[in-house]
Amino acid sequence: MADRLKVAIVGSGPAGLSASAHAASLRLPHVLLERTDHASDTIYKYQKGKFVMATPDILPLRSDLSFRAGKREKILDDWDEGLASCGGRIRYNADVTRIAKEGDTFHLTLAGGDTLKAENVVMAIGLQGNINKLRCDGAELPIVQYQLDDPNEYEAETIVVIGAGDAAIENAVALSKQNAVIIVNRRAEFARAKQGNLSLIHSAIDKGDIQCYYESSPLLVDASGITLETADGEAHVSCDRIIARLGASPPRKFVEACGIEFPSDDRAALPEVSPRYESNIPGLYIIGALGGYPLIKQAMNQGYEVIEYIAGNDIAPADEPLLVDKFAAMGEVNVNEVLQAIRKTIPVFASLNTLLLREAMLDSQVHDFKEGQTIFKRNDYSDTFFTIFVGQVGIQISAEDPSMVVTLREGEFFGEMGLISGRRRSATVVAATDCVVFETPRRTMLKLIQSVESVKRTLDKTSILRQIQTYLTPGVPAQDLEELVESAEIQNFKAGETIFEQGDIGNHMHLIRSGSCTVSMKIGGRDVVLSYVPSGNYIGEMALLSEMPRSATVRAAHNTETICLSGEAFSAVLNNNATVRDNIEAKFRERIKQNEQMEGRPEAGNVIQFLIEQGVGEGTDVLLINEALCIHCDNCEKACAETHDGLSRLDREAGPSFASIHVPTSCRHCEHPHCMSDCPPDAIHRAPDGEVFIDDSCIGCGNCESNCPYKVIQMASPPESKFDLFGWLLFGRGPGPGEEVAYEAEVKRNSRFNGSDSAQGGVIKKAVKCDMCKELVGGASCVRACPTGAAARVSPEEFMTLATLSR
Amino acid sequence: MHESLLIYRNMRYLKWSLALVAIACGLYIFHTPIEEPNGGTWLGYTLGTIAAGIMFWLSWYGARKRSYGGATGRLEDWASAHVYLGLALVFISTLHSGFQYGLNIHTLLYVLMMIVVISGVFGLYFYMRFPRLLAENRRGLTTDMMLNQIADLDRDLRKHALSLGDESAHIVLNAVQNTRIGGNISRQLSGKDVDCPTSAARRFVEQFEGGHDESTRRQLVTRLTKKEDLLGRVRKDIKLRCLLQIWLFVHVPFTFATLAALIAHVIVVFYYW
Ligand SMILES: Cc1cc2nc3c(=O)[nH]c(=O)nc-3n(C[C@H](O)[C@H](O)[C@H](O)COP(=O)(O)OP(=O)(O)OC[C@H]3O[C@@H](n4cnc5c(N)ncnc54)[C@H](O)[C@@H]3O)c2cc1C
Ligand code: HEM
Ligand code: HEM
Ligand code: SF4
Ligand code: SF4
Repeated sequence: MADRLKVAIVGSGPAGLSASAHAASLRLPHVLLERTDHASDTIYKYQKGKFVMATPDILPLRSDLSFRAGKREKILDDWDEGLASCGGRIRYNADVTRIAKEGDTFHLTLAGGDTLKAENVVMAIGLQGNINKLRCDGAELPIVQYQLDDPNEYEAETIVVIGAGDAAIENAVALSKQNAVIIVNRRAEFARAKQGNLSLIHSAIDKGDIQCYYESSPLLVDASGITLETADGEAHVSCDRIIARLGASPPRKFVEACGIEFPSDDRAALPEVSPRYESNIPGLYIIGALGGYPLIKQAMNQGYEVIEYIAGNDIAPADEPLLVDKFAAMGEVNVNEVLQAIRKTIPVFASLNTLLLREAMLDSQVHDFKEGQTIFKRNDYSDTFFTIFVGQVGIQISAEDPSMVVTLREGEFFGEMGLISGRRRSATVVAATDCVVFETPRRTMLKLIQSVESVKRTLDKTSILRQIQTYLTPGVPAQDLEELVESAEIQNFKAGETIFEQGDIGNHMHLIRSGSCTVSMKIGGRDVVLSYVPSGNYIGEMALLSEMPRSATVRAAHNTETICLSGEAFSAVLNNNATVRDNIEAKFRERIKQNEQMEGRPEAGNVIQFLIEQGVGEGTDVLLINEALCIHCDNCEKACAETHDGLSRLDREAGPSFASIHVPTSCRHCEHPHCMSDCPPDAIHRAPDGEVFIDDSCIGCGNCESNCPYKVIQMASPPESKFDLFGWLLFGRGPGPGEEVAYEAEVKRNSRFNGSDSAQGGVIKKAVKCDMCKELVGGASCVRACPTGAAARVSPEEFMTLATLSR
Repeated sequence: MHESLLIYRNMRYLKWSLALVAIACGLYIFHTPIEEPNGGTWLGYTLGTIAAGIMFWLSWYGARKRSYGGATGRLEDWASAHVYLGLALVFISTLHSGFQYGLNIHTLLYVLMMIVVISGVFGLYFYMRFPRLLAENRRGLTTDMMLNQIADLDRDLRKHALSLGDESAHIVLNAVQNTRIGGNISRQLSGKDVDCPTSAARRFVEQFEGGHDESTRRQLVTRLTKKEDLLGRVRKDIKLRCLLQIWLFVHVPFTFATLAALIAHVIVVFYYW
């Protein structure tokens, strides 16, 4: 078969480009197919002049193309040249729409109908997905565009913006400064957008800055404008430009259509691949961001390696030396043997394939603890996960009596409770013998839980028992709980979803393992919030004990996971354990009393409701300002700026207020920080005292900024060096007042900020946010600088209680 | 969790100050100097020295307030102690002087100090009272938001003015263009504008008959009334925020004057000794 290629590479991001370059240097017949008319669309779309980082620094680059941290433009040019000079074959405007395997040949269909045949396919299409296009005639006319780089480029035009999401709103509002803007919304309201954008668009429409067509959709585009189908019939709108922002559909559908399987329905799940990046379809390989490797260098290395594997060479992955280093703590060892041993000893990791296990171990730390050494302490805020490879550890389950110890042995894990709940450690753990322990970061574990079914299963099974023992029935041995654990089921609730309703017949109870809930009651036809229940507590026991219908409604305050337990099994446990029964009944009476008091204080309930809406409920440490004390001196902001390179991470005045409590725009240090969920270099962490902070490895992609629902992250350039009057007057040091900063000085400043060589310049912006002044002794400077006691950092658990609210 | 500086830490600094004052009074009562009690006795010197120490420490507060990262502890500790020790200073220095006042530099020092203290008491009263008034007045809006709403109303009013007759258009445009917010100190402090063009326009439009259709008139009245309300609130906001600061323009300069007089007092005392 002459026209069959050895390999077809789909997608020309760093992964695809590197694969193509290597295929060319190994002289494999190949082609690189790219949907757009340029290479590496994801990077092409970065902000102009963006400084691209080459994280992680320790990972060596293995590719025929070069890659060093530097300006976007330079990197893209280098790659184009590099690919051409080693003879890589790239075909632009080749959107692959179908990949099917017949016999041992893949047939690739391109948009437009062309087909290609290849023995192997490398999928490197990244995660950006397909931009949704207009579904009407004229969708491809030049008057229509699907992206907007710089709204200031356009002036005095009539522009139609189509869409109702954040991107459409942001574009429309930005364009309306210099143009006549018309926005087209398929629905009767803007429901999908963030709160801030909602108020922007509503006020722009009210003011008449933007005209809006509600319940309208495009029928036809021609060179003069667009015809809409509106509620009152067709309407033609003449315009100079149409900008359609209809979102992107994730690539998963396409990938699944090619026959590739995903281990779960979870949004974050990744397709499963072999150590050689091969999917469940032999000959079809997956690399780069699509395979779960979100950084450029990783993608390039995989491009190189996958071609080696296809060519039949068994090379060790680029990270081999890193693993050798990592395992050095255990003495002279062979990496493969250690990996084998890990699989054999540690059940959670047993089912991981070599690739995932290598990745997990690369991210993990290997600790060599001596007997008696403390691994972590009760009430620490760390969120890592530990597995025991050699030796034993002791869990001190009682805060009062450190001699009450549960011993865990080789192969067992601990630390999962902090990982699941996002809260403080519930026990102190000490090395019981000399031991070797792996500490795996939160992100790596979440990735494994989401993409490997058996990891989730193993983890859940043990953690359910442990959570029941810790929070519900302390002191009851595991064998007495078998039936209860058997009945347990993990349930998920979205923010605002009802867990059970007042008046329902209750035959279950719930133990909240992550998130939190509100308890409310209908009083005079209105829902009155009675209390806030954080994770680590149970709910629904009242109906079981009193054998009456549910006396209140419980709703998830935000994303919440509960362990749902059968009422029967629970009663059986209570009947056999008098102390547990007494404790639970005491709490039951306490709750009834509290509910009664709260019913008489609807204002306190309203405050709880307000705080929950502001995301205080999912925070761990939230800055609240008492308006009855705040004199608006802004000393808090000044202190923040003064201690954080001149840029305050707190906006005191912004943000809503209710009943004298003001929630300023400032980080809540969420239990499960949204900002962490999509950070390519894993630069966002939680410190032992709970503060969520961003470290130097930030690559400035801006994901966290858009993921934080509370808008507290800013993308900032490196700090201006402070003007040094003394040095300037006496020694002529630095630029004078108002003078331009010298270029070299600028570069030096950038490279210091950046932690790497950036002599090539470029725009460096990094994410900055509140870190609770963790570098300073004495705690957050905003609170310390407040003269009147108006500013306080509170934990929602303590704050949202009757005792505090009724003061 | 939120504690005003008066009750901060269970009023620890009030207790300290009371103890200090009690000891000073006790000593003063039992102390029987050869002459009348005055600053020249051993007790006088002791109390004078304590008073001067407190004086310098209180003045240092301005510097402490602005040292952000380096300093440890909470500023509220300092603020709370500042208030209570500042009040204790009145007693200590009075006992020190042995009630010997006259027309001299010593009494000048005493008077200057009292001005600082009294302005401090005013400031404290403002701090305790105004934040709540400020918040109530704002009803959840910030000053900027209120100003933005006013700007929006102005845009509307301008549009409506186009369809009016000359005289009425003039009055409405006058309300748009010549309504003033803030201004010099006395205007800021007054919190209102007695001849506010917006109120004038509202009154004018309310009494207007014929000429326009009723719906325009209604629209104008609604907008002007809304603007009047917002103006009232913004002006009150400015007034309160102004009051929250203005006393410092007495407190701080007189602090420096007091320090100067204190040094002069000490020099004079030693010179004439
Ligand atoms: C704003 C931003 C800043 C970032 N900054 C950095 C940084 O500084 N350093 C760093 O290491 N990482 C950074 N990243 C991450 C980095 O961009 C990605 O990890 C990397 O681009 C992934 O490479 P890839 O080859 O897997 O996929 P991509 O780069 O996404 O490439 C996929 C390519 O496939 C094409 N394609 C898709 N579908 C098809 C199809 N059906 N047919 C044909 N072609 C198709 C696309 O057009 C695209 O060109 C950043 C990400 C963002 C969003
Ligand atoms: C805030 C600090 C002080 C205040 C407000 C203050 C005030 C006064 C007053 C009002 C008098 C009475 C004057 C008179 O007798 O006519 C006085 C007397 C005196 N003070 Fe002070 N004083 C202060 C600090 C000091 C200090 C620090 C010293 C010495 C180190 C001092 C030494 C004296 C002496 C010696 C006298 C007696 C002078 C005399 O009788 O002529 N005072 N002081
Ligand atoms: C002689 C005695 C006093 C001296 C020298 C003194 C000095 C000062 C100084 C220098 C400041 C700093 C102002 C600034 O920089 O913003 C200050 C602030 C203040 N003082 Fe005094 N003071 C004295 C007495 C008092 C008293 C008796 C009170 C109240 C009863 C008081 C209340 C205050 C208050 C409320 C502030 C403002 C705090 C803040 O906004 O941070 N002072 N004082
Ligand atoms: S930055 Fe936003 S998402 Fe992240 S912890 Fe803070 S408030 Fe939560
Ligand atoms: S911008 Fe945010 S998400 Fe992106 S790398 Fe930096 S910290 Fe991570």
